Amino acid sequence: MWAGLAQVALVLAALAVVYRPFGDYMARVYTRADHSRAESAVYRVTGVDPRSEQNWGTYAFGVLGLSLVGVVALYLLQRLQPLLPLDFGRGAVEPAMAFNTAVSFVTNTNWQSYVPEEVMGHTVQAVGLTVQNFVSAAVGLAVAMALVRGFVRVGTDRLGNFWVDLVRGTIRILLPVAFVFALVLIATGVTMSLRGGVTVDGQTIAQAPTASQEAIKVLGTNGGGVFNANSAHPFENPNAWSNLVQVFLILLIPVCLTRTFGTMVGERRQGHVLLGVMGALWSAMLALIWAAEAAGTRPLEGKELRFGIAGSSLFANTTTGTSTGAVNSTHDSYTGLGGGGALLNMLLGEMTPGGVGTGLYSMLVMAVIAVFLAGLMVGRTPEYLGKKLGRKEVTAAAVSILAVPTVLLVGAGVAAALPGTADALANDGPHGLSEVLYAYASASNNNGSAFAGITATGDWFQASLGVCMAVGRFVPMIAVLALAGSLAAQRGAPVTAGTLPTTGPLFASLLGGVVVLVAALAFVPALALGPIAEAML
Amino acid sequence: MSTLSKQSLAGLRVLLVLTVITGVLYPASVWAVSRAPGLHANAEAVGTTLVGVDREGDQWFHTRPSAAAPPASGGSNKSEVDADQTAVVAERRAGVARREGVAGDRVPQDAVTASASGLDPHISPAYAELQVPRVARARGVDEHRVRALVAEATSGRGLGLVGEVTVNVTRLNRALDARG
Repeated sequence: MWAGLAQVALVLAALAVVYRPFGDYMARVYTRADHSRAESAVYRVTGVDPRSEQNWGTYAFGVLGLSLVGVVALYLLQRLQPLLPLDFGRGAVEPAMAFNTAVSFVTNTNWQSYVPEEVMGHTVQAVGLTVQNFVSAAVGLAVAMALVRGFVRVGTDRLGNFWVDLVRGTIRILLPVAFVFALVLIATGVTMSLRGGVTVDGQTIAQAPTASQEAIKVLGTNGGGVFNANSAHPFENPNAWSNLVQVFLILLIPVCLTRTFGTMVGERRQGHVLLGVMGALWSAMLALIWAAEAAGTRPLEGKELRFGIAGSSLFANTTTGTSTGAVNSTHDSYTGLGGGGALLNMLLGEMTPGGVGTGLYSMLVMAVIAVFLAGLMVGRTPEYLGKKLGRKEVTAAAVSILAVPTVLLVGAGVAAALPGTADALANDGPHGLSEVLYAYASASNNNGSAFAGITATGDWFQASLGVCMAVGRFVPMIAVLALAGSLAAQRGAPVTAGTLPTTGPLFASLLGGVVVLVAALAFVPALALGPIAEAML
Repeated sequence: MSTLSKQSLAGLRVLLVLTVITGVLYPASVWAVSRAPGLHANAEAVGTTLVGVDREGDQWFHTRPSAAAPPASGGSNKSEVDADQTAVVAERRAGVARREGVAGDRVPQDAVTASASGLDPHISPAYAELQVPRVARARGVDEHRVRALVAEATSGRGLGLVGEVTVNVTRLNRALDARG
């Protein structure tokens, strides 16, 4: 117990040390006027004019265009795998799986319906999947920055240049941090090999260029492992130290972005409120999952001894409170409440502290709703960060938060009703329903973790989960960019005595309450049939 | 639609450039640095003790049960309320108790549950101690000698805080071969 708490304290202390410098560094990356030589070279080669700024619509088309091209490219790479080097005869990925995987990695979900050791060669892993690990994370960052600019800018329709934001996020933030930590991970024991396997005591264990993908897998809150067991595999996560490094990397950008936000809007306390809500929910959910697992009847089933219950619960809470979805233990073997906690983290909309960029903008959308509700209570036009929240703004926020519950519940409901689904489950009773619910929650929220007992390789699952991932990613993103556009166009509302202060514990409580309430209204019935029913067995 | 196609074309060009940077140069540089003397053994898993493979025979310490289907790693994904799994665990418990000649209630939990990877090289000190008499008997060596090797293969918590107290079976079995 105390040793486990000490591990949590270590991660939080490390985050506290980097919070200010790294948060401010990210703010400078997205606000500076000049371009480095490497960036200028990229703009020259690609024909991007870095000085031209875009309105929200063009920015959104950039997001969609890049993602569309990304899906096609990744699909083709998988289908053409036999022509690529280092494929170890793993063959062409079959169409439904290739489609699902392409959407999965482009949407930063990293849901894996495939078994990497049997399906993916090193070339597709590096040239296809690793690339999307960077790019999808940079897209999330870009959209978050566009929204922050919407609050900061006054009377303009320009939100920045998507391609510039994308390239900066990739080259200045993700790439250097991933490179350094890939080497740190190798030092802890993570492998980095071009071989197909290594023989240990007579058994062949699959090998891979693990470290380079591992670092961006966690840093970009992606989560797609190079091995089936993901971060439970000793080559991906060899010991308690590498485990803490991975938890730290998952939290690094989402946590520090609250500082970036505070710095960019010129009032750091605005960021502290968001961080406070994220931290409080993260801590409460960690306590729930950890306590539930510690009280389980077979808590070591699906857990690695080197992480134990503490290291597994810490990772499970962090990976589902962000959009990561990497796992260092099998969530399917968690207790009703422990696994239910991981599921609830996703249903909260993944903003504790959320994915790279997506966490910040999801929480800001909640803040818009919270301010709007407070405005309704006192009967005046709500304002947030000097911008009025009128019909357009609240509509965009509402679309953003309703997209995920819609596809999630419809998808899970249809799947549960289909005759073939029962055969695809590893567990029966309420836990079986939890497997279905978890799959759709994971896909729709772009998480990627699974109650992995479910066999999601049938055409229905591949297609419907692929659709959930795409809708859950792009509808909120477009709504957020529309929100950013209408905010930036405003003249700015002066702060008056009647303005609701959005710093301090009162607003934090309101915001936390709204986050919980929105999830509760949408998901309590489904949760009651799955994890809650199981916990009462 | 023309905006989408225009942006998609720009996307294609940017994606190609970023593929070269993040999909080729980045992994290649990490791989190149990992050839350095201090990192190479880790990178290639030379003589690795990170993974555990169960070896048949009474002269070996046994790993935890594995639910993996090689070459894939993985766990059972069975919940604790699953009746079949409860039966499997009971069967494992009886099997370990019989093998070690002890009562079922002395069999620790890690001996009857599968890890997430199916490759967990570690067991608890309790499970190692349970296996000491059998291994010593099978090898015809003194239990104290085996216990000393178990102690050598036991790692505590880093800084006294990080991780769990575990015995590495792969390391232990190799030490037995070399010096048992």
